[in-house]
Amino acid sequence: MTSSFTATLAYSMPASALQIVLVALGGPLLLGLMAKIRARAEGRVGAPISQPLKDIRKLLSKERLHARHASVVLPLAPIVILAATAVAIGIAPLITTHPALGASADILVIVYLLLTGSVAGALAGLDTGTAFGGMGASRAMTIGALAEPALLVAVIALSIQAGTSNLPAIVSSTLAHPNWVSGPSRLLALVALVIVIIAETGRLPVDNPATHLELTMIHEAMILEYAGPELALVTLGGAMRLGLLFSLVANLFFPWGIGSNGSLVGLLVGVLALALKTSVIAVGVSLIEIHSAKLRLFRLPELLAGAFVMSVLAVITGLVTR
Amino acid sequence: MTLLLVGLGFCLLGVLTSALPRTYRVPVTASCAALGCALAFCAAMRVLVTGDTVSFHTTLILPLNGFAMTLDPLGALFIVATALVGFASCVYCIGYVRGELQSRSAMGLFVAFILSLLAVPAASSIATLMLFWELMAVSSMLLIVVEHRHRREARDAALWYGVMTQLGAASILLGLLLLTLRGGGQTFTEIKSHADALSPIVRSSAFMLVLLGFASKAGAVPLHVWLPKAHPEAPSPVSAMMSSSMVAMGVYGIIRVGDDLLHGGTVWWWIAVVALGTLSALYGALHATTSTDIKRLLAYSTIDILGLVLIGVGAAGALRDTGHPAVAQLALMAALLLVVAHAGFKGALFLGAGAVERATGTRDLDQLGGLIHRMPVTTTIFALSACSIMAVPTLSGFSSEWLLLQGLLHGFTDASTPTLIALLVGIVALALTGGLTAVAFVKALGIGFLGQARTLGAVNATEVAPTMQIAMALLGAVSIVLGLVPGLVVPLINRAAQSGLSRSTMSPLARGTGLVLAQLRGAIQPAFLFVGAAAVLVAVWLINRRLVHRSARRVDAWGCGRDVQTARMQYTATSFGEPLQRVFADVLRPQSDVELTHVAESRYYEQSLKYQNQVSDAVEQFGYRPVIDAVLRGGKAARRIQNGSIHRYLAFGFVALLVVLVVLA
Repeated sequence: MTSSFTATLAYSMPASALQIVLVALGGPLLLGLMAKIRARAEGRVGAPISQPLKDIRKLLSKERLHARHASVVLPLAPIVILAATAVAIGIAPLITTHPALGASADILVIVYLLLTGSVAGALAGLDTGTAFGGMGASRAMTIGALAEPALLVAVIALSIQAGTSNLPAIVSSTLAHPNWVSGPSRLLALVALVIVIIAETGRLPVDNPATHLELTMIHEAMILEYAGPELALVTLGGAMRLGLLFSLVANLFFPWGIGSNGSLVGLLVGVLALALKTSVIAVGVSLIEIHSAKLRLFRLPELLAGAFVMSVLAVITGLVTR
Repeated sequence: MTLLLVGLGFCLLGVLTSALPRTYRVPVTASCAALGCALAFCAAMRVLVTGDTVSFHTTLILPLNGFAMTLDPLGALFIVATALVGFASCVYCIGYVRGELQSRSAMGLFVAFILSLLAVPAASSIATLMLFWELMAVSSMLLIVVEHRHRREARDAALWYGVMTQLGAASILLGLLLLTLRGGGQTFTEIKSHADALSPIVRSSAFMLVLLGFASKAGAVPLHVWLPKAHPEAPSPVSAMMSSSMVAMGVYGIIRVGDDLLHGGTVWWWIAVVALGTLSALYGALHATTSTDIKRLLAYSTIDILGLVLIGVGAAGALRDTGHPAVAQLALMAALLLVVAHAGFKGALFLGAGAVERATGTRDLDQLGGLIHRMPVTTTIFALSACSIMAVPTLSGFSSEWLLLQGLLHGFTDASTPTLIALLVGIVALALTGGLTAVAFVKALGIGFLGQARTLGAVNATEVAPTMQIAMALLGAVSIVLGLVPGLVVPLINRAAQSGLSRSTMSPLARGTGLVLAQLRGAIQPAFLFVGAAAVLVAVWLINRRLVHRSARRVDAWGCGRDVQTARMQYTATSFGEPLQRVFADVLRPQSDVELTHVAESRYYEQSLKYQNQVSDAVEQFGYRPVIDAVLRGGKAARRIQNGSIHRYLAFGFVALLVVLVVLA
């Protein structure tokens, strides 16, 4: 008991704190990287990769502005989004398979922590009492409601293989059974998850993060009334969410490099491996983005239903081939 | 047992004190009933903690068969849930009651309803069970029509409810009587000892009959049509009791008869239960996303949650004889935890909806808005309970859904193919309802309580009476306790599940404040997660405070260049749910109508535009309406032979006499 307690204190808790800091810095950098790739593909030089971080810093020093009819929900929501995402990042197996509270890092916990963030954002959109806020909230919740089941079922496909829904345990058992990775169940789940993370992070073809027309916005419409420090927190929360989802996909399907033995070297290797893996995913997602136009809102259910069917198929193939 | 009987006695006293003059009536009656609930709670808790079963038998009340009551842990758990909501509803009543519910008969019926709900899980013979079951049905039906003078819909709702509940009761009675074929005795002990001697066909048909009745009480689709009509029409404390306690009695009945009296039966019974649960969960969640009446939304979400409970009960039944007794017990524990959690948050939500109705005079979300500024306490408790039902981690909805997922997930190891499919369908339903529930409750909370007030009623709303706030807070606290430290109630729920499955295996969960699977891998520690989140919050707050010195300045919201932002420009509940309504149009069958009138001079300008959108219950429309219409047509056709002509009646008599004579000869 004492030894496990000291291990938690000396290794797991610093590792979790490192994960949170890493994703808080890395998430915006991933956004910058994706913007850079897009700019280059369009023949522009583009802003530096660190631009989103600079934007966040700039916003933090600006004046706080609240919409006239907004209540306490408006300033509270960014904090809830940030806290829920940060807790999910802290307990998930990102650079080590022994994060603090790793025993509670269940898929359901992660999925519902992310959902908590979405709910807080949607409530803030409605709190402003405007047409755009409500519109964004309604659309974001609709897409979330269709994407969330695909996410959950896709990860359940992996957890049936591992016999547990605990994420660190799933990652550990994948490390122990490398042949699982190439199974048909995993591949189907991977495709489903990629569609889901595109939807959940508001990228093309689901949502256009660079749009300037209110009527076509989804996430941007929802957070239209945010300004200054609160906008910085919302943006940071969104970037961290993206970082978390990319890292989860990376580690669930390609866990190698993650620190699994509790050593400091393993942790550093884990950091580098995570940076590499998420950058590869970011490049992949931006390639998808470059080659696709935004889908009509009412075509999205077909895409997400496709992802859901694929994740159900992943579960079934997993059950048949086990 | 004495404690429970004294509790029931106090409720009975409450029924009598409802005859008191107007000034004392409500406080005295509600206090008696609240005291009765508190005593019943203590009695049931004692049974849950010690695990002893106590019984009581007398021939004084029902002379022929005797009046038999037994309090075992399974029934005790349902009594605990009922007593909690009952106590809160009584406290709520003291501030709430005005108008119709204040009348002598309404108060008396309300207390009789609570009495029957407390007694049903303790009844241990067919006669006793049916006595309280019918008392529950009749009292609740009359309570629905209490406000019929103001709302014509209440009459229709009561009629639907009355017919469905009586058909259900008849089905239950028939099923239970089938079980007495062999032994002859009507107490549960006798039935239990002779159950194995019955032929499989009798057992199966008895279970199916009983399932029909209990599932209709639990609001399982397609037997749910009465529920979204009846729950909204009843006065709010009654709705709270109906939605969080009465529907649970259906679940209780299924567990009692299927698991306890019949020792589990065959797998396909339970697959039928899972199928009913899946249908209900999806259908309820979908309709909740498009409902704009706040109480109707809550009623549909009750169908959704009860569907999840049925999935748990079905999974437990299907797994109980497959070499996974621990997983079966886990699934049943999940279902029972969800019942108690649901009693807490749904009770608080209905009481909150009642507070909103009292303060604004409407239940239509499209007429509300901005209540957070005028009713902060109600809004906070409603938001907390809504977060709980949306399964926000560290609240009770999340703990129970996690447990349910574990029960389904760990059943996969070497289950038979039909069971496997049932478990898979259950998991898919759990995943799908999660997102839909979030849409429904973000809508209820965001449209109803946030933003700008849409009508004068919402502008002039004021916070409700303190007793109502206390009652809501009490039920809100249940969400927090079951969410943060679910491990505390695990031993109690384990006892109830053991007595339901009539086994005494080891608890599938380890001791502690969180939920930790003992033999399998899986755990959540909500309290630790909460501490983690709090640590992040403190960190963010410290950073934010350092960076932000000024307080916020109020500015107008962005209106695309327009100056004025009126409340009418906001998104409404109808528009919020519209995308999902369009996506699931095949299931929901919305009826939309656009009526455009042009100006006489030019077709390019319109004079008026009328848009109508209505989502009615497709099951009712395509399943029940044809039957009702056929019956009505039959009735009309039969009326033709009665045209008032005395000659014709004499001819009928003559013909009938002839026929009788011919038949006899």
